Order: sequence, then C-alpha cells, then structure tokens
Amino acid sequence: MKKLIGKIKGLKKTTKVDFATYGGVILAFLIVSALGRFGFLNRSISGMLVPICAYIVMAVSLNLVVGILGELSLGHAGFMSVGAFTGVIVAQSLQASVPSAPLRLALAIVVGAMFAAVAGVIVGIPVLRLRGDYLAIVTLAFGEIIKELINCLLVGYDSKGLHIAFNLDGSLTINDIGMAPDGMAIIKGAQGATGTATIASFTAGFILIMLTLVIVLNLVRSRAGRAIMALRDNRIAAESVGVNVTKYKLMAFVTSAALAGAAGALYGLNYSGLTASKFGFDTSILVLVYVVLGGLGNMWGSIIAATVLYILPEALREFRDYRMLVYAIVLILVMLATNNDQLKGLLGRIIPKRKGAADNG
Amino acid sequence: MEFLSYLISGISLGSVYAIIALGYTMVYGIAKMLNFAHGDVIMVGGYISFCTTSYLGLPGWVSVIFAMVVCTALGVLIEGLAYKPLRQATSLAVLITAIGVSYFLQNAALLIWGASPKGFTPLIPAVNSKGEPNALRLFDGQLSISYISLVTMAVCIVIMIALTIFTGRTKLGKAMRACSEDKGAAQLMGINVNRTISVTFAIGSALAAIAGVLLCSFTTSLMPTTGSMPGIKAFTAAVFGGIGSIPGAFLGGILLGIIESLAKAYISTQLANAILFAVLIVVLLVKPSGLLGRYVPEKV
Repeated sequence: MKKLIGKIKGLKKTTKVDFATYGGVILAFLIVSALGRFGFLNRSISGMLVPICAYIVMAVSLNLVVGILGELSLGHAGFMSVGAFTGVIVAQSLQASVPSAPLRLALAIVVGAMFAAVAGVIVGIPVLRLRGDYLAIVTLAFGEIIKELINCLLVGYDSKGLHIAFNLDGSLTINDIGMAPDGMAIIKGAQGATGTATIASFTAGFILIMLTLVIVLNLVRSRAGRAIMALRDNRIAAESVGVNVTKYKLMAFVTSAALAGAAGALYGLNYSGLTASKFGFDTSILVLVYVVLGGLGNMWGSIIAATVLYILPEALREFRDYRMLVYAIVLILVMLATNNDQLKGLLGRIIPKRKGAADNG
Repeated sequence: MEFLSYLISGISLGSVYAIIALGYTMVYGIAKMLNFAHGDVIMVGGYISFCTTSYLGLPGWVSVIFAMVVCTALGVLIEGLAYKPLRQATSLAVLITAIGVSYFLQNAALLIWGASPKGFTPLIPAVNSKGEPNALRLFDGQLSISYISLVTMAVCIVIMIALTIFTGRTKLGKAMRACSEDKGAAQLMGINVNRTISVTFAIGSALAAIAGVLLCSFTTSLMPTTGSMPGIKAFTAAVFGGIGSIPGAFLGGILLGIIESLAKAYISTQLANAILFAVLIVVLLVKPSGLLGRYVPEKV
C-alpha cells in the first residue's frame, strides 16, 4: 500500500490529472447508474443522459482542434451529422442480420466514426492550408454544405440492399428510389431519419466517453501531441525544427472528426426521428461554447462544461420564456467575469498558486 | 431575358448582403473580432421599422431613420457593455461573448414580438394604388425591375462610395485606419482608440438597420431569426472579398447574391446555399486572403 502511494506521488502532474479525469467519469457513471436503479432519476433527467454523453464526446473532440491544435472550427456539427446519419443507416439496415442491439450500436458507431473521418480528411486537406478566421469561415461553410447535402438524401432498405438517391431538384420522394414494397425508408430527404429503432444507451455513452478520453489524452501526451501543441504555440518555430505541419494538423483534425462522428451515431440512435437541420451552425457554436467555458485544452473542463451547460437550459425551465434569455446573460457574464483583471487578482489572493502548480494541465 | 432578370435579382439581393458585409468588414477591420451579433442587429432594425410603420402609422422613410437611430444606440451599447471590457482578452472569449449577445437579442425579440412571423410592408409596395406593378419596364415589358431593387442597388453604391471617402479623407476615417493597422501606435499618436472603435460600431449598426429594412422589403416577413442566415452570408461575403477591405465587401456581397440567384434558377433550389459555400471554399483555396484582401506575410 505504501509502495502504491509512493508511486502515485512520484507520477507527473499531467498523469495525475488524467487519472483523476478517468476516475471522475467512472465515479459519475456509477453514481448516476445507482440513482437510476433506485428510481431517483425522473424521466426528463434520464432522457438527457445519452445526449449529454454525446455532447461530452463532441466537446472533448472539439477541444482537440481548438484547444490543442489552436485552430477555430465552426463546423464540428457537420461531422456529427455525417456520423449520425451513417450510424442510423447502418443500424437500420442491419436490423435483421445483427439481432443484438448493443452489437448493432457498436457497429453503427464504428462505421459512423469511419465515415466522419473520411469527411475529416476531405475537409482537412484543403482547409488546414488556411489560417485564423479564414479557416473558421471555411469550416462553417463545410458544415452548412454537409447539412444541405443530407437534406437532399433519400435512403431506403429492402431485401435487395440499400437504395440511395440524391433529390437535387426537389422532385423525388422516398417512393421513387426503386424500393420493393416491403422496403423500409431510412432517410426521407428534408424530413430526415424517421422510425429509427432507439438502441443508444447510457452505458454505451459512458464507454464512448472513456474511449474518447483514452484516445485524446494519449494523443495529447504523446510525441505527436507535443508536436501538435508546438504548432499551436509557434508554427514557424515548430516547422523550423522539422515538425511536419500538414501531417500533425491533419492527425488532430481527423481524430477529432472521427470522434465527432462516433458521438453523432450515438446521438442519432437515441431518437426515432432526426433531421439534418439539428446539426447546423447553432450546434457547432453550442459545442464551441462548452469548450471555451470549460477551458481550452482542458479535457475535464470540457466534460463538466458540457454537462452543466446542457442541463442549465432544462433547469431554467421554471423561468419559461425567459430561460434562453437568462442563458445568454449567464454566458456573457461568465465571459466578462473570467476575463476581468480585478476579479482574477482577487481570486489569485484567495487561492495562492502552489509551488510547481504552473498552468500546464 | 430570363437570365438577365435572374442576374438583376441576384444583384439586388447581393446589394443587401453587401451593405451588411460593409458593416461586418469595418468592425472586423478595427476590432479584429467576428461580431456574430451583427445579423441580429439587422433583425432589430427590421422590427423597429415594422413597429413605426404598423403601430405609429408613419411613412416608410421615417421608419428607416428610426431604425438607424435605435440600432446605432444598440450597437454602441453592446460594444460598451459586452466588448469593451474584453479588449485585452483572447479572440475566442470575445467570439463567445458575441454569440451570447446574439442569443440575447434573438430571445429578447422573441419575448417582445413573439415567434410568429410578422408581415412586413415593403418600403416600396410591389404594386401601386392603381394595381400596376411598381417596376421599371424595359424591352416592351419583357424585363421588369422593381423599384425596390433599384433603390437597394443605388443605396448600396452610395454607401460604398461614402465609406470609401470617409475612411480615406476625413480625420475620423484616417483614425480608424490607423487603429486597424496598429492600436498601440495609434494611441501614441493621440488617437482616442476606444472612441474610434465605438464610432465604427455605430456606423456598422446603422448600416445593419438600413440592410434590415431593405431585406425585409424583399422577404416581406419578419421573425426573430430573420437576421441569422443573412448575417452568416454577409460574413461569408466579407471574407470572400477579403475581410477588412471596403471594396472587397462590396464585390463579395454582389457576387454572392448573383451566385445564389443563378444557382437557385439553374441548378437546384435545395442546394443553393451549398453551391454558394462551395464557391467560397474554392476562391479561398486559390486566393487565401479573399478577392481583394491584402496578403500579410508572416515575419519571424
């Protein structure tokens, strides 16, 4: 036992923070599961669990791009959308051949992540040549393009396999894609996915969060992660010591896109109906707010911010019409307060910085 | 003839985008921030104009002045309360605050005016009292250009020229350019940086009010979310032309309007926005600082 404590004390601070993050997530999962088992959770809270998991994964993955890579992305919801609709198609069309729901969910998440990764490569290669606000606007544009393309998508499944059509001029409907009469419509253009079997579960969400944390934290603490952070801090200096800019930028961007796709698949399979407009600019911004309020580059901060800010509008329900107004005011005040020098000085005096606790977390 | 009429409707839509983009680009040029609340100032302008014409019964041009006054005050207020304390903060903090302001304006409008769309009386009605269309007819009536389109294009050109003269010739305009170049040096030269930024926000918001009235004259309906999509498109237009450049914003806005109109007419109504954004991406990949933007090389 003493040996163990000694070992823990000997660990680096970042490692301790990482283990505390894993531990915190596991603890939160156990507490929430126990509460659920004994019936302490009402319907509205238990309905929020899976979306919260999906948004936590979104926030952590966006933090990889915004906090670690240092590039502003305003189209993260686009990757979520790709993952969500791919996941829905996979899960719906495998209904007969894979009867086990958890296995189908896992397959849907993996395929969704793969498709989102492909989208990430397609978007990333041209986009990462740009810098700053230009990069932000192009990611925004890509998010909107993905949304509109999915709005035109018609997908159905019958005994012959998948039927996919693009409804470019608005004249096609789900009946025109050549499905057999016993076929099942999966995505109906602007109406989105309908009649999806909701197979997402809180346990799956928890496993996905843990996987995301393992992937992201290991990437950040690795040699590649240090190269990515070097690019963020000073691109020219990093390039001059031989860091491959395109390779490492793309690595961070595609990893983030794939995780967003996985989150999307989880989210998509939690609702029986889903439209592409759910994943617009607003959702990208929402996730960005989680990341910034949680702290750039700070993964447990993203987790807490996503959870609190997802619940906040629901908790403000008693204010009824005023709740989004209150939310906006809270957002502005938090930003003003965290950037206020006087307040920072005051906090600094109350909580003196410990020795060696330099901000490297 | 059909092509020409699509082209003209594209130019008039583009003129609205250009007016919004001019406001965007001025604010960006000086404050170096993406003001996401700009689109919602447009919406407020539209509602103020709607209230003055519908509830007070005043003529359209008075409502434009009303809208400009209210939006200017609103712009200066937003800048003073939300953005000024963050002058030294990171750009992301300012961005999130701007998003907060945008949410605030949208939800305040939702509370005041409700979610259902309001019917907006255009500045110049589509048909006059005799039932004839209020439009300029050319080529024996084959091509008709509504007066509101003509007014929009004229207003846009006048604003563009006025802004170019203002930033080029007047003392305040020169101060603005100095601030956008280097705030510290400008302050050392005795320029009041804070006041200059406030004036820029005032001008940008006044332009947003004009754009709001013109936009609602085209769409003839008004909702709390009316401003968000035109806001994003105008932002795109400003980047397209090279953000920070006044002729660039003008050119970007007009081109964006034309692309949108032609894409809707000839390719697909559903994918019009996707095509518009795809063109933007291609342009930025070929010319990373926009059409008329200045390329600033990085120094080590």
